[in-house]
Amino acid sequence: MIYGGAGAGKRVMTSSSSPGVALMQEGIAYMAGAELPGVFVNVQRGGPGLGTIQPSQSDYFQATRGGGNGDYYVIVLAPNSVQEMADFVDLAFELAFKYRNPAMILSDGVIGQMMEKVVLPPFKPRRTDEEIMRECPWATFGRTKDRQPNVITSLELKPEVMEQKNLHLQEKYQQIREAEVRYETQHVDDADYLIVAFGSAARIAEKAIEIAQEKDMKVGLFRPITLWPFPEKEVVAAAKGKKGVLVVEINAGQMVEDVRLSVNGEVPVAHFGRLGGIVPEPDEIVNALKEKF
Amino acid sequence: MENEIIAQENLVYKKPALMNDVTMHYCPGCSHGVVHKLVAEVIEEMGMEEKTVGVSPVGCSVFAYRYIDIDWQEAAHGRAPAVATAIKRLWPDRLVFTYQGDGDLACIGTAETIHALNRGEHITIIFINNAIYGMTGGQMAPTTLLGQKTSTCPYGRVPEIHGYPLNITDLASRLEGTCYVTRQSVESVGSIRKAKAAIRKAFEASMAGKGSSLVEIVSTCNSGWKLSPVKANEWMKEHMFEKYVKGDLKDTTL
Repeated sequence: MIYGGAGAGKRVMTSSSSPGVALMQEGIAYMAGAELPGVFVNVQRGGPGLGTIQPSQSDYFQATRGGGNGDYYVIVLAPNSVQEMADFVDLAFELAFKYRNPAMILSDGVIGQMMEKVVLPPFKPRRTDEEIMRECPWATFGRTKDRQPNVITSLELKPEVMEQKNLHLQEKYQQIREAEVRYETQHVDDADYLIVAFGSAARIAEKAIEIAQEKDMKVGLFRPITLWPFPEKEVVAAAKGKKGVLVVEINAGQMVEDVRLSVNGEVPVAHFGRLGGIVPEPDEIVNALKEKF
Repeated sequence: MENEIIAQENLVYKKPALMNDVTMHYCPGCSHGVVHKLVAEVIEEMGMEEKTVGVSPVGCSVFAYRYIDIDWQEAAHGRAPAVATAIKRLWPDRLVFTYQGDGDLACIGTAETIHALNRGEHITIIFINNAIYGMTGGQMAPTTLLGQKTSTCPYGRVPEIHGYPLNITDLASRLEGTCYVTRQSVESVGSIRKAKAAIRKAFEASMAGKGSSLVEIVSTCNSGWKLSPVKANEWMKEHMFEKYVKGDLKDTTL
């Protein structure tokens, strides 16, 4: 349905929790192939399979590596607060339409069930049909005589044409990598250690950094906001000269792979995570820092 | 005058303007070409050329969008009714239809089909039932008849191993969301005329917001059945019509 609505030029979204999002991967891959904008919200729970209904960040690979079949990427935003949950919906739509690509908000069961103050973004009126026709000349709403039919499809049987289509997609992904990286840092400059964490793990890490400071450990935080495109250069700059980088995730070690690929052995990188719906305590993170470096 | 016979006033038949001048990839004798033409004719006759969106399936008719000159969306296997649901709900004054085969509609997309019909989406599903997976080499489909030989049941379909043929159009007629459910064929001039009238009625019901319509076309796949086109039509009449009985199964459009 999201494919159909997006192909008709409308702003469409859906949300689910991990197993439901696993079911949607077919449609997401088709949307990436047909270059359709749309927003998916995944409030992650623990897996694999039916898993648990408690929070997790174990869909990082699925979200950032494509998840469905084919060479494609989805723009992935990781909110760490209820405010960002609200703000990122508009941002996700903006990016999805700008690049004609699916965008995902990768939240988790902590953020999804948290209550916080929120300033709602300004109300945007629904686009009129005329505006949609103007902004989305590629969409299907009936072929008028002044144009060729619009066909929304990801199919192409000629390999030489399909390769060109793929190269076009790769070019677009490169543009996104260059223009859309988002991240946030705290206390990075004067820190001896760096924690890299996203979403709710980053919120917990903030508390861990406070506790560490009380124990005279200088720890900074690097929080990727876009998980794809991953802030590769930025994490390298933040990690430079540190005694160690601890990647804190609520999974068995997924984003740590991107951090290691970026840092490329220049700084020691370790991972700390809890699994199966258990959320790490700030003290555990401080202990992990002490143990691993 | 040599050309008098093709004078405008003598014109009794022409190719619909919506049919593109391209060579079809369908096998000679296939029912798809006729049904495509009927769909194009009805859209034209209703004056809906600029307000129609078709949803093509996966299967032989995956390239339906090459042949009819309207906007199309190509759906994933079986998902056409879900795609059509979104388009119709977001553009309610458009004519939205899906065009699907039995492998796509009655197997992979059974859930999408049943739920779209049961929700009473104001869409039309054109359902080409040739009782096999034609495109992939004539494998058994849910609609394969008992005793029918296919590449994956070479000794004939037996219920103990393969289960029973799924009559999804009968099922559809029992759903509250459907307003018009019919079963037609296109093997003769008479049948083609009736099939066209059925497609027209279904499209009009969609535009009048009366509910979901399902037009099954009992079809041949002479390549997959390994018969000549003429023999395939005979086989269809002899075997298919007994299980897939032609006629209106439900009509609440009046």
